[in-house]
Order: sequence, then C-alpha cells, then structure tokens
Amino acid sequence: MTTSDIRDLLGRHAFFAGLDEAALEFIAGCGANVRFAAGDYVFRQGEPADEFYVIRAGRVAVEIASPDRGPLVIDTVGEGETLGVSWLFPPYRCQFDARAVELTRAVSLDAVCLRAKCEEDPRLGFALMQRVAGVMRQRMQSARIRLLDLYSHARVG
Amino acid sequence: MVSQPPAGAASRLVERSDLNALIGALRDRGYAVVGPTIRDDAIVYAEIVGVDDLPVGWTDEQDGGTYRLRRRDDDALFGYAVGPQSWKQFLFPPRTLLMRARRGEDGFDVEPANGEQPAFAFLGVRGCELAAIQTQDRVFMSAYADPTYAGRRSGAFIVAVDCSTPAGTCFCTSMGTGPKAGPGYDLSLTELMDGDAHRFLVEVGTERGAEVLAAIPHGPAAPADERAAAAVVECAAASMGRQMRTDDIKELLYASYEHPRWDDVASRCLACANCTMVCPTCFCSTVEDTTDLTGEHTERWRSWDSCFTLDFSEMGGSAVRGTTRSRYRQWMTHKLATWIDQFGTSGCVGCGRCITWCPVGIDITEEVRAIREQPSQMASGEE
Amino acid sequence: MIPRRFRVAARRRELADTVTLGLEPLDGEPPQFSPGQFDMLYAFGVGEAAISFSGAGDGRVEHTVRAVGAVTRALCATRRGDVLGVRGPFGAGWDVESAEGADVVIVAGGLGLAPLRPAVQALLARRERYGRIAVIIGARSPSALLFRRDLAAWSARADVDVAVTVDAAGRDWRGDVGLVTELIPRAPFDPADTIALICGPEIMMRFAAAALLERGVSPSAIRISMERNMKCAIGHCGHCQFGPDFVCSDGPVLAFDRVAPLLTLREV
Repeated sequence: MTTSDIRDLLGRHAFFAGLDEAALEFIAGCGANVRFAAGDYVFRQGEPADEFYVIRAGRVAVEIASPDRGPLVIDTVGEGETLGVSWLFPPYRCQFDARAVELTRAVSLDAVCLRAKCEEDPRLGFALMQRVAGVMRQRMQSARIRLLDLYSHARVG
Repeated sequence: MVSQPPAGAASRLVERSDLNALIGALRDRGYAVVGPTIRDDAIVYAEIVGVDDLPVGWTDEQDGGTYRLRRRDDDALFGYAVGPQSWKQFLFPPRTLLMRARRGEDGFDVEPANGEQPAFAFLGVRGCELAAIQTQDRVFMSAYADPTYAGRRSGAFIVAVDCSTPAGTCFCTSMGTGPKAGPGYDLSLTELMDGDAHRFLVEVGTERGAEVLAAIPHGPAAPADERAAAAVVECAAASMGRQMRTDDIKELLYASYEHPRWDDVASRCLACANCTMVCPTCFCSTVEDTTDLTGEHTERWRSWDSCFTLDFSEMGGSAVRGTTRSRYRQWMTHKLATWIDQFGTSGCVGCGRCITWCPVGIDITEEVRAIREQPSQMASGEE
Repeated sequence: MIPRRFRVAARRRELADTVTLGLEPLDGEPPQFSPGQFDMLYAFGVGEAAISFSGAGDGRVEHTVRAVGAVTRALCATRRGDVLGVRGPFGAGWDVESAEGADVVIVAGGLGLAPLRPAVQALLARRERYGRIAVIIGARSPSALLFRRDLAAWSARADVDVAVTVDAAGRDWRGDVGLVTELIPRAPFDPADTIALICGPEIMMRFAAAALLERGVSPSAIRISMERNMKCAIGHCGHCQFGPDFVCSDGPVLAFDRVAPLLTLREV
C-alpha cells in the first residue's frame, strides 16, 4: 500500500472528513499498512502510545487484565473504526491491552510524528483533537450506559 | 340502553304532592330508588323511600375547600348543587368482587362473581352528573365492556333534575353539561315554585320513562310553565361560581408539561386523592388477588384507586411518578387534555367537586387560567 | 377479567432468573396472537403479571418470564404439569405485515429479545416478502444471551444479518463488545425504506432510536415496546397510561414519532 493509497483510504474515512488536502497528505505520510494475526497484541497497557490505528478489516478487543477473572474485554473495535486515544494525551501511555480477535488489517499512523506536527500547526492540532474528542465522547456514552447495567434488574443506586 | 323518546312527547306537570307516587311507582317496578339526602351535614346519595328523605328547604354553600349546608327560605326539594358523592359509586362500586378461585385437581377452579346486578332508579341526576355517567360509559363500555358497569347501567332508571341553584364551585356551562340536563334521561324534572304552587315540569326521554309517568298523576304543561322552566335554567346558567375556557385546552396542556405552575400547585397539593374520589368521572381502579389462611381459596377484587398514590405508577420497585408535582400534572392533564384523545370528550363536567373537597382549595379552573396566562418557554420537549 | 387455565407443558431455563414456559390450554385452542402482544399470566393465589408472547407452536404459546417480584417468582417456579391462569392476548403488536416490501431492523436489548422473537419468526416465515433483515442484539454478557439456538439458526442463514454485542466479556467471546447501539451505524439496511422494531430497557430504546434517526430512518418508521404498571390489561384501570396512550391497548408497541416528545420528559 503506497502513501497515495493510504491518503485515499483516509480521505474516505469519516474520522478524517473535513481535513484539507495538505493535512491529509501529511497524515498519510505518517501512515503504514500493518497486519495482526488472531491473538496478536496491537499494544499493551503501559507501553508508549506512539501509534494511532484505523482498522480496515477484522476486530480488536480492548482488554483489561484482571488477576482472578482473566482478561476482560470492555470494548471491541472493528472495520472502519479508530483505535487509540492515549497518543494525544501526556504521558502518552496505553491504558489498556488491545488484542486482535481475528486477522486484522489496519493503517498505523505514527503518533510521534503527528504530535510534533500538531504542536507546530495548531489548526491541525485542534482539528485532530476535535475528532479524537468525538470518538471519546461516543465511547464514554457507551461506557456510561453499559455501567447502568440496564439488562439486569438489579437497581443502580 | 336508552331508547328513543316517544314521538311528540310534550312536557307534563307533576304536583309536588304527587312526587311520592313517582318514587312509589319506581319501587313497584323493582328499582332501588336512590336520591339526595342529608347525612353528616352533607347531601349524599342514598336509598330513599319518599320525598321527606330529600333535603327539603336546604341549600349548599361551596367554595375552595369549603362546604356548608344552609336553610333556604323556601321548601325547594332540589335547591342545592352536588355533594361529595356522585352516582359513580352505584354504577362503578368502590369494591367489586371479580372472581373466586379454589385450588382443585386441575390447578384451580374459577367462579366468576358477576351475577345479577341491582336495578337502581336515580332521582335527582344533574346535568353535569348525567354527562359524567355518559363519560364513564365511554370508558367502561367500549372495546371491552365491564359487566358490572354495563349491567347496572342498562338497568338504571334516570330521573334528571335541572339545576335552579348552582353552587360557588359550579362551572357546568363552561363544559357544556348543564344546567339543563340531557339528553340521556328517562325523565327530567324542573322544579317550579310560584307562590303556593309547587310543581315539576316533566320531560320524557324514553319509552320506559313515558310508562312510569303514565302511572302517576300528572297534567298537561302550559307554555307559561315551559317558559318558567326555561327561566329557571337561564337564571342558573347566569349564576355559575366558576368558569373555564376550554377551546384551546388540549393544546395548552400538551405544551405545558414543564410549566412552572406545576411546581406552584405541588407546593400546595397534599396528594390526598380527595379530588379523584369525589370526581364523577375518575375511573382508576386496582385489582388485588387475596388468599385465605389455608391458601386454598382466593378472591379477586377490584377497588377504586387514584393516580395520586405513590405506588399507582410503580414499576420495578419504584414509581414512575415519584413527585406530587408529576402526579398532579398527570391528573389534570388527563382530565382536561389526554382524555379528549382517549375518549372523544373532556373528562371534566364542571361539577366543581374537586375544588370544594380539596382540603387546601386547589381550583382546577384557576390552575388552567394560570397556565394559560403565563406562557411557558419550555414545551413538551419540542422546539 | 377471568383467566383461562393453561398447563405448563414445557419449561426451559434461559438464565438464572429467567424461564420460558410453554403453555397449553386445558380446554379449547391456544390463543391466536400477533407478535408484540402480551398475556396476563396468573399464579394462583399470588396475582397476575403482564408477559409478552415469546413464541408459539405445537398447540402451545410461549412466555419468557424473569423473576423480579412475587408473581414472576411464582411463575418461574412452576413445574411441568402445573396450571396457570391466562388472560389475553392483549395490546397492539409489532404489525410485522406492514413492513412488507421494506427492509426490517430488529434491535433487542436484554430481555427485550423475548417480545421480538415472534416478530423475527413471522419475518422468516414469509422471508420473500421483506427486503434485507438485520437483527441486532445486545446482552449483558455472553452467558446472558437468550434463545441461543434461535440465534445460531438465524446467524446461519444467508438471508438474515445477525449482529450481537455484549456489555463485557471474557476472552472466550470472539464477538463484539459494546453498547448495542454501536451496531446500528454499520447494519445493512436502507434508512429510507426500513421499519425498525426496538425492544429493551427504556434508556436503551431511546439511544437505539437516536442512532437509527442519525442514519436517516424516519421517526414514524421506528416502533418501540413500552412498559408501564398494568393491572387490568383492558384499558379500564388507568394504571398504564403514558400520555394519552394506554400501554395495554394502544401499546405496548408505539410508533416512535408518537412517543418521542414524552420520552424526553421526566415522570410522565
């Protein structure tokens, strides 16, 4: 996959909608095609959050390791979704494990490179921050509603 | 049900002294005659045997949270408005046994309880009350017919009375239900008192009404009598204690779910449910299955309930309408607005009982006025 | 208001607190019902509860009951051969036939799959009359999924798209984890020509409807199944009112455009 192919892919992706051509070119230049076999870790809790992923196919489980219950899956990220938010917030460390559930293909974006560019170009920084915030908002809403445990009849509070 | 009035039925006159004959004729036909009578300083509805049981020469003074009886300076039989009770207690009894069941070989055996329903003759049904009965007809006898209500209703003989003396909380003219009663009665009376003359103009509404009238002493009514009766009604219509504008009321209340007035009324309302008990159209009930100590016999009872109780809207351990604010809002919005979408008419007949019997004197007409006069920024969730 | 006697002919434990009862009348024929309707089930000496039909066949009707109170605990405790009382069927159902010619999206959360199961069965019984069918299911965990045999059968069909997600899972779950609404953006249906049926906790239904609206489905094409306190089930006792609607007779299935303004209010 060439940079131009990556640029086309990102250009079609909702996350990057509204970014100007120069920004897309730059971001695509930070990108590389990656592949994870079923069971491979995409990243592990505590590692430097130096990559931001756009999933092209497959499924990644976001997990927390627990000593007595084994790994718990709290979210899955699939085709067309983005993986990773910690790359944009100090100390830039992964909060969870991410593991491919099945063969997964993604575009990996170099976050070190992106962060530097965002410092230099606040407009791009703001645009990316807006988009990441949007993803986080959606994930937060999902987590909050799941926290209510609506399907069980036990009362919350 | 109510059969067509006989063609060309002109009004008749019945002397006050012959009213006992009317009561007697109804009893002879097997009706339990129920009418207004004084008990515990109020005019209630109970079985009566004669004219002497009526509140002869009495009237009532009513206002928000206020009810008093006072002597009139004449001997009118119907010179008052309505008391705390309505006819609904006879058609839709406060407690009704629905069924009995007994543990048996095949699980259990059920015995339905609805047997013969008593036949009542209601003497003194006001316009607002007749309208209330017809309003409850639409609740209990439409898609599903309640057998207790339907049985009692079809057997009920209605002698309506046109009001001469509305009370301070009356607003039947605003609701289009009076003071002239009807249609829907078997017979209707208007009390005419002129010097020593004390008579009733009688109008016939049905075949069975005509048959009963024919069995008692009566004479023809002159045009002057009919004019006198009309004057009684006109005078009553001009003496309403309250009024309520209704042309826009459904839209007004549908747009007012978040109106600040609800907080105001909630600070006064005790959620005591008096209004729902005295209201002639309130129909909410609850169903309870109870077992005896052996666990072998159960009974299913239906009883009056009220949307003002906390557990009325209980679901999964807590109430949907937990606050008094939401329950008052539910009652008033139902009575005046959603009822129209449900049954095609208003649920309110303008009898004023809810105003009189509210311990803190909350006045439904004043609440509507307050909501209308203070436009609410926040509608029912729409822009 | 008098129940008919039905025998528990079959009993299947779905979850620790949830049981599906297969009921057969002692006399006469089992009731004909529309998907989305409900019965009042009577446990002798305890009381009645409103339970949706969750299936039918073999001269029986099925009801899936979760033990949350005295009546439902008694119903869940019945054994094969026990006799219950049944009144019904009541209510306005999903009206599956009105979706003929369109795509159909089913969104079920938790126990909400029970009232939708007869709708899916009705759709599949006349599969050729409908466009694409997407069944979207959310559950608390993989072990809380209901009707697993049906899910497997539906998933195996090429002409139905089944997407399942759970709130959280262990590693042996290889499916989606997340809120059920997250499966809506990618589900295969044409928003301009779709009927959506949603059932589950009220909060979940609101968010699912929002996700469908965001995809361009018209509010009048979305139907939800409301729940309120029920006593008589025949529109006489007044308990189940939701705005102008009696949930027992105008509902439980109500068009979203009709109820949307009330859903945003508190304590209605």
